[in-house]
Amino acid sequence: MKILEVHDIHKHFGKTRVLEGVGFSMEEGEVLSILGSSGSGKTTLLRCINFLEKADEGKILVDGNVVFDASDKAKMTTLQIRKAQLNFGMVFQSFNLFPQYNVLENVTLAPKLLAKERPDWKTNKKHITEQIIEDAKKILERVGLSDKLESYPCQLSGGQQQRVSIARALALKPKILFFDEPTSALDPELTGEILKVIKSLAKEHITMVIVTHEIGFAKNVSDRIIFMDNGVIAEEGTPDEVINHPKNERTKAFLNLIGQKE
Amino acid sequence: MSTIETIVSSLFEGFAYNTKLFILTLIIALPLGLLITLGTMTKITPIRWFMKTFVWIIRGTPLMLQLIVVFYAPGLFFNTPMRDRFVAAAIAFVINYAAYFSEIYRGGIESISIGQYEAGQVLGMTKVQVFFKVILFQVIKRIVPPMGNEIITLVKDTSLANVIGVAEIIMSAERFTKQGLISPLFATGLYFLIFVGALTLLLNYVEKRFNYYRG
Repeated sequence: MKILEVHDIHKHFGKTRVLEGVGFSMEEGEVLSILGSSGSGKTTLLRCINFLEKADEGKILVDGNVVFDASDKAKMTTLQIRKAQLNFGMVFQSFNLFPQYNVLENVTLAPKLLAKERPDWKTNKKHITEQIIEDAKKILERVGLSDKLESYPCQLSGGQQQRVSIARALALKPKILFFDEPTSALDPELTGEILKVIKSLAKEHITMVIVTHEIGFAKNVSDRIIFMDNGVIAEEGTPDEVINHPKNERTKAFLNLIGQKE
Repeated sequence: MSTIETIVSSLFEGFAYNTKLFILTLIIALPLGLLITLGTMTKITPIRWFMKTFVWIIRGTPLMLQLIVVFYAPGLFFNTPMRDRFVAAAIAFVINYAAYFSEIYRGGIESISIGQYEAGQVLGMTKVQVFFKVILFQVIKRIVPPMGNEIITLVKDTSLANVIGVAEIIMSAERFTKQGLISPLFATGLYFLIFVGALTLLLNYVEKRFNYYRG
């Protein structure tokens, strides 16, 4: 069964049509990269799947269950949206860490709040909290930040902050992890550490969707690549197909342009 | 002739009113201001416009006028005169300061990046959780300096209550001036300076407590 199916997503802001019927699906453990020039709609697509924007048309299924259907007239309750949202983890371009909390607290905040909704929370408070902290420490170890648990975001480099935000997303054990240009806000010498972390996650078969400008990295880490242009998918295939043998003129032009820059 | 002791104790009695008014206004207007902020930021248009108009009126008219209106209006319109001058003063101060505080809160809330809300949202937090666990603390850090300003203004504004006959410190001092003594009037300045000085130290301390992080 497909872990994620996205059908015919349309989205416009005012008169600007940003997405004009985008659909794709993913298998569990797959890594999908979305490429495309600025304004092609990649970020908006991610935000529509993540419920940060509401798509005008389209349908989203997780594990075969509909989590969003724009044609459904009944308005989704906030509880439904929250539940659906928890299928997805999100790593933002600008990290969006909570500045007043230290690294460990950034990672444990949401799991702790969610734990309060568990039926056994009242009787098992202490144990659950300890478990959450334990898990968070393990995840922070995975992203190489065991020695920064007590640090505040402002004391960390951009790369370290982004690794915290990856850990924060992982702590909720999402089915699919989304990255919105995770290295775009970083100095070039810091992008490597993020790409390394993402690669290690790919090895652990975490299902990921990565919006990125790092062509080389996308080629290296992805099972499949989507190239978006003007709100539609212009080309889709294996990294070899899309990057080494692009068929679409726009894909070719884009790759040439990026190639020249590098 | 009045002795120094009677002057000092009379000024203290007066200043007790200023202090009471100050504390009462803070305790009620701080949370009330937040409620007004929610009103001025709500998506429900009629409520938003109503609250914005309210804030405009309160900020757009002199506090002295508001004091007089609150004191006399119940008697003139509803035939139930205000019995307690201090209560009337407290009501006017609370309303006035809540309106000012609400604008400071709004500025603070709007200065927080949308990314903070979105991060909370994708982590499955409810809107209430995002506000209280993520946003509010950052807002407080940012509004301490402008709040400090407003709070210091409040200390001195409390003397305006004398327009409706609350026997606050300046009124107490004036009684001696009418007997030919100017020094008590100057002494009131000292009371305010000491009070504001202590408050400034406290506000600096609070500001420092928030300095452990940037952002």
